[in-house]
Amino acid sequence: MTAARDTIPVADGRRARRSFGSVAAERTIEAAIRLSGISAIVFVLAIFFFIFREAAPVLVSDEFKPLEFLFSIQWYPTSVVDVRYGTLALTAGTAGVTILAMLLAVPFGLGAAVFVSEFCGPRMKETLKIVIELLAAIPSVVWGFVALTVISRLMVQYTSAPVGVNMLNGSIVLALMSVPIIVSIGEDALKAVPDSYREAAVAMGATRLQLVFRVLLPAARNGLLAAVLLGVGRAVGETMAVLMATGHAVQIPHGILDSVRTLTANIAAELGEAPAGSAHYRVLFLTGIQLFLITFAVNLAADLAIRGVRRK
Amino acid sequence: MRHLSRTPAALMVCLAALCAAPGLACRPKAQGVAVQNKGSDTMVNVAQAWAETYRSVAPDVNVEVSGGGSGTGIAALTRGTVDIANASRDIKAEEAALVRQNTGRDPKDHKVGYDALAVYVHPDNPLESITFDQLSGIYREDGALVRWRQLGITVPRCTSDEIVRVSRQSSSGTYDFFRERVLNKRDFKLGSRDLNGSKEVVELVATTPCAIGYSGMGYATSHVKMLRVARRAGDPAYPPTVEATWKRTYPIARSLHMYTLGEPSGPVKAYLDWVLSAQGQRILQESGYVPVPPSAEVDR
Repeated sequence: MTAARDTIPVADGRRARRSFGSVAAERTIEAAIRLSGISAIVFVLAIFFFIFREAAPVLVSDEFKPLEFLFSIQWYPTSVVDVRYGTLALTAGTAGVTILAMLLAVPFGLGAAVFVSEFCGPRMKETLKIVIELLAAIPSVVWGFVALTVISRLMVQYTSAPVGVNMLNGSIVLALMSVPIIVSIGEDALKAVPDSYREAAVAMGATRLQLVFRVLLPAARNGLLAAVLLGVGRAVGETMAVLMATGHAVQIPHGILDSVRTLTANIAAELGEAPAGSAHYRVLFLTGIQLFLITFAVNLAADLAIRGVRRK
Repeated sequence: MRHLSRTPAALMVCLAALCAAPGLACRPKAQGVAVQNKGSDTMVNVAQAWAETYRSVAPDVNVEVSGGGSGTGIAALTRGTVDIANASRDIKAEEAALVRQNTGRDPKDHKVGYDALAVYVHPDNPLESITFDQLSGIYREDGALVRWRQLGITVPRCTSDEIVRVSRQSSSGTYDFFRERVLNKRDFKLGSRDLNGSKEVVELVATTPCAIGYSGMGYATSHVKMLRVARRAGDPAYPPTVEATWKRTYPIARSLHMYTLGEPSGPVKAYLDWVLSAQGQRILQESGYVPVPPSAEVDR
């Protein structure tokens, strides 16, 4: 008892001394952390503002026709006779490549996530995770190179495609690039499902397939949706690989073996040589805003979908 | 995301391994003067060959070459970030004005060689020659040629019979030059495969039986066929050769330029003199281009 009473003033004294010296430091650190948290918002707004500022002057100029911009496929930014800025074919290219890539990547990605998290042994699991990480570490320009040399040749050999760089080629590469993300996050989501669910299902006599389809997938729904949408984000935003794999042709695709051009690839190929401040330069920034809005819409839709799911 | 966190570390290890390999990457910069050289993608491989050989001619001068396109090179000259801008076309009047306005000096033109744009098809294609009219029909916006049978030929292994047009991105000097010379400044038909490099065009044509493409003749390989070109039907068709380029009978040829700010001096002048010397011109020829005729060296 006496010992305990003795220590109290000492402890208090220490606390008092701390409040002078280190509380200030603590406050500073707290402020710094808060600042870095808020900085994300600041950066997003700043980037949007910068892009919009670069693009804005063209919106009010005579050269720019909003309807042509959205609904014409005629993309002739450097024409000497008649400059036209129609982005419909580019938007269609982005949408086509992304949707096809997701059709390929989602079954494989979620399948792999289920396998890694539920079906394989610990050693196999470690190996698979390392290999999948390696897949994520391959730079996109290398994927582009693979698309251009390997996939393109196989495509000409085994399909009726007249040319090997096309929408399917780009989608395969994008699928390969987004699968690691889908697997990683999907596996995390499955792991977050409490083991009691699994035990309950097994105790009720569920087979492993029933366990996966009736218990785990519904329980991990939000996390899996997030995994897929991050994959979509990767696919929409990817530039270098699609630039090399899709054939970079301005047209509305009529089949999966047609060449297309995406908004991102178009910016990458043309911004470097568009004279700063020219209408072409500003229209390219405008397509950047378009891209921004597309990903924003995807994220918003995802958010609403997840909320809808949660409410049920 | 936790699983991805090891990625940067893995990359670092790879990079470190690359640096350790002798002469592979991350080579330390040579001592002495650096000459910055940037521009035309058509010229980038010959510019690199020059820079590499020049290292043994003048070991204390390090010529650093990068591509990006003729416009990019001239833009860099305007900003004063390069010593020499490569261009596979003449400098435009407004570009020259911009150079003058920004740097106070006139761009000085050094003609260092010729490039003939070859029209490439797959070796299986039975076509041997082509006219400007046919090229316009294939490539121009209002052109009606979309099937090989419209040219009266059947291409083996091209089941769709579609003419697969291979072109360049709209910022490239090659694109500009082809549009100006062959399409009469009119626009390209949409839906061509617009590739980002001269070499890529030839590679794609080599693997695509249905394809036709245009690119510098320096990029020819044994896997593609170069067509003879005539201005009009009935005119003689000329193959892309040195003699035809010199005599200006081959219709899609152009000169290659290196631009400097004003009259060059010091290491830049020495380098340009060497480029025009017998050794420099031999390297140009080995890269598949046409050297300047001896007389041009005299009147320079």
